[in-house]
Amino acid sequence: MADVTNRSTIKEIWKYIRRYRIYLVISIILAAMTVALTLYVPILVGHAIDNIIGPGRVDFSGLTAVLIRIGVVIAVTAAGQWVMNTVNNRITYNVVRDIRDEAFEKIERLPLAYIDSHQSGDIASRVIADADQFADGLLMGFTQLFTGVMTILGTLFFMFRINIWIALVVVVLTPMSLLVAKYIASRTYDMSKLQVKTRGEQTGLIDEAINNLKVVKAFSRERKTVEEFDEINERLYDCSLKAVFFSSITNPATRFVNNIVYAAVAFTGAAAVCGAGFAGAITVGQLSSLLSYANQYTKPFNEISGVITELQSAIACAQRLIGLINEPPETEDGTEVIEDVTGGVDINNVSFSYTPEQRLIENLNLSVKPGQRIAIVGHTGCGKTTLINLLMRFYDVNSGEIRVDGKDIRSVTRHSLRRAYGMVLQDTWLKTGTVRENITMGRPDATDEEVRRAAVAAHSYGFIRRLPDGFDTVIGEDGGRLSQGQKQLLCITRVMLCLPPMLILDEATSSIDTRTEISIQKAFASLMKGRTSFIVAHRLSTIREADLILVMDSGRIVEQGSHSELMKKNGYYARLYNSQFKL
Amino acid sequence: MRKLLKYLADYKKESVLGPLFKLLEASFELFVPLVVAAIIDKGIANGDYAYILRMCLVLVALGVIGLVCSITAQFFAAKAAVGFSTKLRHALFSHISSLSHTEIDRLGTSTLITRMTSDINQVQAGVNLVLRLFLRSPFVVFGSMIMAFTVDFKCALVFAAAIPVLALVVFGIMLITMPLYKKTQKGLDGILLKTRENVVGARVIRAFSKEEDETAEFKADNEALVHVQKFVGRISALMNPLTYIIINAAVIWLIYKGAVRVEMGELSQGMVVALYNYMSQILVELIKLANMIISLTKALACGNRIADVIEVKNSLKNGSAKQGVPDAPAVEFDNAALTYSGSKETAVEGVSFKAMHGETIGIIGGTGSGKTSLISLIPRFYDVSGGTVKVDGVDVREYDIAALRGKIGVVPQKAVLFKGTIESNIKWSGEDITDAAAARAVHTAQADEVVDGKDGMAAEVEQEGRNFSGGQRQRLTIARALAKEPEILILDDSASALDFATDAALRGAIKALPYNPTVFIVSQRASSIMYADKIIVLDDGVPVGMGTHRELIRDCEVYREIYYSQFESEATDNG
Repeated sequence: MADVTNRSTIKEIWKYIRRYRIYLVISIILAAMTVALTLYVPILVGHAIDNIIGPGRVDFSGLTAVLIRIGVVIAVTAAGQWVMNTVNNRITYNVVRDIRDEAFEKIERLPLAYIDSHQSGDIASRVIADADQFADGLLMGFTQLFTGVMTILGTLFFMFRINIWIALVVVVLTPMSLLVAKYIASRTYDMSKLQVKTRGEQTGLIDEAINNLKVVKAFSRERKTVEEFDEINERLYDCSLKAVFFSSITNPATRFVNNIVYAAVAFTGAAAVCGAGFAGAITVGQLSSLLSYANQYTKPFNEISGVITELQSAIACAQRLIGLINEPPETEDGTEVIEDVTGGVDINNVSFSYTPEQRLIENLNLSVKPGQRIAIVGHTGCGKTTLINLLMRFYDVNSGEIRVDGKDIRSVTRHSLRRAYGMVLQDTWLKTGTVRENITMGRPDATDEEVRRAAVAAHSYGFIRRLPDGFDTVIGEDGGRLSQGQKQLLCITRVMLCLPPMLILDEATSSIDTRTEISIQKAFASLMKGRTSFIVAHRLSTIREADLILVMDSGRIVEQGSHSELMKKNGYYARLYNSQFKL
Repeated sequence: MRKLLKYLADYKKESVLGPLFKLLEASFELFVPLVVAAIIDKGIANGDYAYILRMCLVLVALGVIGLVCSITAQFFAAKAAVGFSTKLRHALFSHISSLSHTEIDRLGTSTLITRMTSDINQVQAGVNLVLRLFLRSPFVVFGSMIMAFTVDFKCALVFAAAIPVLALVVFGIMLITMPLYKKTQKGLDGILLKTRENVVGARVIRAFSKEEDETAEFKADNEALVHVQKFVGRISALMNPLTYIIINAAVIWLIYKGAVRVEMGELSQGMVVALYNYMSQILVELIKLANMIISLTKALACGNRIADVIEVKNSLKNGSAKQGVPDAPAVEFDNAALTYSGSKETAVEGVSFKAMHGETIGIIGGTGSGKTSLISLIPRFYDVSGGTVKVDGVDVREYDIAALRGKIGVVPQKAVLFKGTIESNIKWSGEDITDAAAARAVHTAQADEVVDGKDGMAAEVEQEGRNFSGGQRQRLTIARALAKEPEILILDDSASALDFATDAALRGAIKALPYNPTVFIVSQRASSIMYADKIIVLDDGVPVGMGTHRELIRDCEVYREIYYSQFESEATDNG
């Protein structure tokens, strides 16, 4: 099962690598070349050493020829290595860039349902951290796995050419280091798992305690918290020590195996030089080559086990990333472009729920005439925000239809539908950039004067002017140091500048004090005259002036009418309203 | 970083023995080429099999000694590193817990968390690495050179020339690439921010149809990042080929020089092989050293970040008073002012009032008018920058902080619970709270239905109370503050997620409490505070009115505006 998904992931990854297959071919050729040349050097050094047997027995002309040859070989090898490294970098970074671009494009086209049901940190970490780890694994795979395998094969080839018996000694003994490494890894697995788990537990406590340190301090609970922390810290010490120590045995142990191999080669090799019958004669130079091969041969063995775990986690990361890219996008877009919307909205028999088990909106009917002001009230979870999700077509209705100016919103393009609305939400969202960039989001071509007028109308001009660089002040991540109220004012300014034919205000003034709110509403009222608006609020004072108040409860409209009509009715709305005055 | 070393003090023995055994291992390794030279020069030259076998057994013995030494070294290094980080973690955590609000504000919690977690882990890895390798690699490099000198002085001069050149290349490339790596890290942070922003702001981006623009911006940032990455990649790709060339050029020179000396009878063939082997050992160690220095720089940077936090001193000095003066007002402000550190403007100033035992004080004002700043002076979250604040007739600065805060129950704006059960959260302020008291607190906080809806007091609470809605959390945090039956109860806009009816019921229940606490209610809703014994109206950090609802409606312009903006009136027309 896992194998199948791995294989399909690799197939998907190949789609991205394929674009750079020429580079890949170059890389493989160069790797083969540099490995072969690197392995050739010890042979040449062996030849050189064979030219210097003893006093008066040095063949200088032969030696010089060999040394020149070594020089040429290392120059070519070094050049090849550099080009190969550069090419590998290029492949890796380009592939990751392509995947990231594609993932980001997908994020812009994911259905809101996906975004709402996944943590933002999780999605972002796929695009960034997973892609990064994938890049590391890919690069390591290219540079180490391939050259490692080539080195092993190449050394075997050269060793067998020099002396079969000695080569056999190496071949038989070396896998021991793999076995040792594997044995240690399997022993340490449980310990490192325990370490990861304990560390996670501690991080959880740290997160909670430090994020809410002020609460901890308000209740004078510092000592108790430190005690809880220390209890985990002690456990972490025990399992970390074991995990760190046992895993660090791997290196000495494999190095020991290498030393044994080295001694064995020294012995059989020396015996062979002396002409022991079993081995077939070799020279001292060849012995020196064999010894250096014995070192080189074992190194990739030790590395490869590391590379394979790295590659496995790289594939796991790629899987998550590709999983995101392969998510189904938003449903088919409409084709018609609606323009000059007058603002008539008809909701006919609409039913909708986020999950099939939990019914939310059922058979909702509503007819809004252009220019009407609709207020929606009700308890949390009654479906207010859901209605807005449907109007903006962030979600599609399950059944029924919503019409704007008589057109089913599924038949028009999302862009043209959404452009017809101006939206201010309770969750203020500002992008990192200047104040101006944020305000002109809906109308990048607005003049400075228009921007200023919108800011004045939205009562944000005062504080913007006091910012260090006015409209050009850069706002940091998530609005930076602006207060919640100031952020809301900026979001309102953004909509004021666009003046769309329809308006959605979802708790848009919840963080603004009531006096400023009234002036903003006045500005809205004059600027938006004749525009349809939907207002969600729980301050009833905000709602009173609406043409039509919808009182919602569990997805249904339980009452509707104007403020005075509903008060007269003395029902749900009247109770809600009167609770403001009661103690 | 040096300041952190004291946490290593308990592991002095380990931190000395670790590197020492590592050195031992390395020195035994240095004998290997000499043994091989002996095999060639004596064993092979004389055809002495017994000698060859003996020497090969010496090689194995060297391997065994090396194994024992290095495992011992690994153990001491692991013990010192893990012990060090455990102590450091404890010290840092208790230090952070002891910081006052002023320092928490200045440092910011997210960075404190990274320092507590990933930074300490990096430092642990760094210490471990240093104890294991830092002495080893230079030792092998220079040891090889010294051994080369013992073999043959003239040939060893090649080593003396090659090593500085190698060092120059290795450190040069590192110096050039390190700032560039920092730049790629920044680029990565940039695209991370962009991605997160686009996920969080998906609704707004789509509402404004900005998808294409955002994608184009992302692609440009991404391309810029890749550009730097490739550039750094090209430079660091030089490392291996260059060191390879230098070492092998040295080998060529060495062999030629060796050949000349062999010809003159001053050197043997085996010695040339030995010199060649030393050169190869240097190459291997250099690669390890370069990798290590990168992780070491990282660990050092992290260590400095931790040291920075530890150096931050708590700005609140603890007092000694445990008890107040009988019959004094519960809370008394005298011309109190608060200026946050690093800010030029006062957050609140000129506040004077008395709150008698059992009174309810309402505090109202617009966004950013200083309401929360005012009440945070009572539990001494911050020190006044002028005037005094007294609780039970004693200046809050004279109190033992724990004793002061023990009198006060605070319900913060941000309603957050802690991992555990509902019960552990309600009884959070002390183990001595009885079940009956906890149940009473839940009842007063209108949280009975929350507890019942979640299968009782034993119901599990996830981290930060994620498995509860905002309104549920708010009621439970109120219950948490009530459970210890505080003398003073502070509700900082704590009813914002409650509907008006529940809010009213809550206020009624608090009013009826038998232990009669002094209550401070901070709110933007006039309805929440209009029945208070005394209402303080704040505007831009200054009290602009104080009195009962009736008095303020008559005398206070700001209060009137707030009130009428929320309630119907003949006098105003807010259409």
